[in-house]
Amino acid sequence: MKTRKRSNAPIFWGLFGAGGMMAALFGPVMVFITGIAVPLGLLLPADTMSYPKMLAFAQSFIGKGFIFVAVFLFIWHAGHRIFHSLHEVGIHGGLVAKLSTYGLAAIVTVISGVALLGIGF
Amino acid sequence: MSEQKIIEIEVLRYLPESDQAPRPEVYKVPFTDDMSVLQGVQYIKDNFDGSLTFRWSCRMAICGSCGMMINGIPKLSCEAFIRDYYPKRISIEALGNFPIEKDLVVDLSGFIEKLEAIQPYIIPKEPRTVEEGEYIQTPAQFADYIQFTSCINCTLCYAACPQVGLNPDFIGPGAMALMHRYNMDSRDGGQARRMEIAASEEGVYNCSAVGYCSEVCPKKVDPGNAVNINKINAGKDYFLRFLSPKGGAK
Repeated sequence: MKTRKRSNAPIFWGLFGAGGMMAALFGPVMVFITGIAVPLGLLLPADTMSYPKMLAFAQSFIGKGFIFVAVFLFIWHAGHRIFHSLHEVGIHGGLVAKLSTYGLAAIVTVISGVALLGIGF
Repeated sequence: MSEQKIIEIEVLRYLPESDQAPRPEVYKVPFTDDMSVLQGVQYIKDNFDGSLTFRWSCRMAICGSCGMMINGIPKLSCEAFIRDYYPKRISIEALGNFPIEKDLVVDLSGFIEKLEAIQPYIIPKEPRTVEEGEYIQTPAQFADYIQFTSCINCTLCYAACPQVGLNPDFIGPGAMALMHRYNMDSRDGGQARRMEIAASEEGVYNCSAVGYCSEVCPKKVDPGNAVNINKINAGKDYFLRFLSPKGGAK
């Protein structure tokens, strides 16, 4: 029987799956709050997303955790999806495809982590 | 008696001795409302061109031999009826994603190799002697795998799968469904051995969950589900293998 190499896809598939779960649970309500309700002044107080409130949110442990998880899992989800879509349109998993999808997701993960820690507690 | 109806059937012909590439040929076939597309193709062979080559056997969706692309959709030709296409032309081709051997006959050797690779037989947990008697299985244990036993190896799912088309080495939906069938059997202990294939680069993660395989399956096996359940199993095996090493892929 021919020898087979174990695929390292579970790492990326796991991040993709977790990101998909996050996107399904929180994506629509986040779009509604940040993109519709707050800009149009619907339902929520006008200063819901004011700078001091957002800063306080990002400085709390829970807020930091939520923002980090939302940013990094969403981008890994998108990266994996785009990586596979590129494969489907004929751009196969070469270094360029990996760097521009998983690489970008890794960079965004680091930046969001550093930025969140940088604004203090 | 109603007047004789005629359907145009366009067949993608390929004779390896004389053709450089497959070419379409149109036949005008008289039909009755009870005729399947397979019977239409048989009519062509019997009346117009005896060299037309295709596989068939049972004529009742049991044997899985007569799969073809009918108007671009993988189908068992015995299960597709001419009346449902009339008065439009029916176009038929050999199953997609397989090399054509002749006319509507494809080379299945790649599929057979994949089927062998997943070890589609019970590998007993503990071998029993005849004196020890039969393996006992409860109805609930039976229900775990029965759906996946219905596969007739017709390979329609391979013709449907865009990932098989992109990577012919992908083990693919049908073989994975059978792998799952044996993994789920309470008498079987071969899961770790089969994990080597499921977790490999040719394994489950090639699937992008399109689901067309399950849609075209004439036996409602739902191979797409089998593949995706095994993504979870292969993921667990990947991360937990350090905690409880028990074989699997290297």
